[in-house]
Amino acid sequence: MNSLLDSLRGIGARVIDGIWRMGVATRFFLMILLQSGQSFRRFHLIIREIYSAGVLSLIIILVSGLFVGMVLGLQGYETLQTYGSEEALGVLVSLSLVRELGPVVAALLFASRAGSAITAEIGLMKATEQLAAMEMMAVDPVARVVAPRFWGAVISMPLLAAMFSAMGILGGYLVGVVLIGVDEGAFWSQMQAAVDFREDILNGVLKSVVFGVAVTAIALFEGYDAPPTAEGVSRATTRTVVTSSLAILGLDFILTAFMFRGV
Amino acid sequence: MSDNLIEIRDLSFAYGKRLVLKDIELSARRGQVVAIMGISGGGKTTLLRLIGGALRPTSGVLKVDGVDMGSLDRESLYQLRRRMGMLFQFGALFTDLSVFDNVAFPLREHTDLPEEMIRDLVLMKLNAVGLRGGADLMPSELSGGMARRVALARAIALEPSLILYDEPFAGLDPISLGVTGNLIRRLTDTLGVTSIVVTHDIQESLRMVDYVYFVSDGVIAAQGTPEQLKASDEPFVHQFVHGEEDGPVPFHYPAPSYAEELELAA
Repeated sequence: MNSLLDSLRGIGARVIDGIWRMGVATRFFLMILLQSGQSFRRFHLIIREIYSAGVLSLIIILVSGLFVGMVLGLQGYETLQTYGSEEALGVLVSLSLVRELGPVVAALLFASRAGSAITAEIGLMKATEQLAAMEMMAVDPVARVVAPRFWGAVISMPLLAAMFSAMGILGGYLVGVVLIGVDEGAFWSQMQAAVDFREDILNGVLKSVVFGVAVTAIALFEGYDAPPTAEGVSRATTRTVVTSSLAILGLDFILTAFMFRGV
Repeated sequence: MSDNLIEIRDLSFAYGKRLVLKDIELSARRGQVVAIMGISGGGKTTLLRLIGGALRPTSGVLKVDGVDMGSLDRESLYQLRRRMGMLFQFGALFTDLSVFDNVAFPLREHTDLPEEMIRDLVLMKLNAVGLRGGADLMPSELSGGMARRVALARAIALEPSLILYDEPFAGLDPISLGVTGNLIRRLTDTLGVTSIVVTHDIQESLRMVDYVYFVSDGVIAAQGTPEQLKASDEPFVHQFVHGEEDGPVPFHYPAPSYAEELELAA
């Protein structure tokens, strides 16, 4: 009986702890939004973060985009030629990329490259008392450190996703047209005819903005909330990658259900 | 204007239900270096954090420059902190900024001074700590002692009236330790500030401070000028000043009888 009560108590404590943490995270997110005005007035702080979150992620995003596009080209051609419609390769590659793979894979890569870096950096700043030092200098760390990182990463994410998709289409073109010999005119013209700017491209961009907000908010919160020890920061970094990857995939399903239902 | 920059009366502080400090009475006169000493975990750093406004007293009065810290809102606390500097244990320099930019940080955040004037002020502060030549270095290129001196230059950038030092001597070699001690004394005298030093380095402290408070188990166990403490025969002070292994602070963590544990009882 006692062990049953203990386990029930354990579950209850974990649920309460989880809800408490959600509340703290929400308050933290609202504080970022409240303190954002100052970041936009000092835009050079955001530019610096666009460089470290966006520009430094370019290599992994561009190379991965190219390879994903090349694989799509190969696999797509294999399937399409069975039905004699290999000219539709451009449509397949581009729609897969702008609707799904671009935003999702770019966000997953962004979570592991930039998200983990943000968590580790903020966590270490906390562990080495840099955030406390800022507080003692009457400078709000959320306004000075957190909000610029948030906006830098949120601005970078859709741009990276767009570049991922562009490189992917180039990869599909290289494999499909240059290597295999699909008709170049059909590849591009069918793509132009089938891809809708609002339905496909804008929805893809919207997805990547949502993923950018989710990944960055998770990364910043995990760093800010990390216990100030080596173990605490390493656990927080792992949690950032795991939680944001799951959030990306879950949100992708919800957004897709709303955006493309019945299209 | 009161003679005392810091006035603490009947202060208690608890983390949740755990009472960390109780019935603290402490004051620091303007222009003095006051040390808060005691064994690790005795509540020294908590007291420093209370003075800095990072924690709020559970009960009692804590006044800094006549302002009651217990009732401050965030905006007023930030106003007051512009008149405080704090040196953290390992400097807490911003690792992504150069030495120059670290010292310039509070000036850029809180003033609209032109960049040339900021440059002059930063070089003056760095000169005061002997590191004008290292302005372009990054924090990762500094030794522990140098990092602390840069942090000190940053702490005095806005010419505060109070400087708080959290373990400024921890982990320093004898030369850096002497240099840091002399700097604290010299800056206090030349800038006319009040310095509160939390430390357990007894020899260095007794050499350069004006007054010492010993905190043990959350209460002020002893206090006095360095001369009074050196001459004291109070057991706790004697043990601390002479670094004795056993005394009121026992060597052994509480444990059952040794003989019983080894089953040697007759």
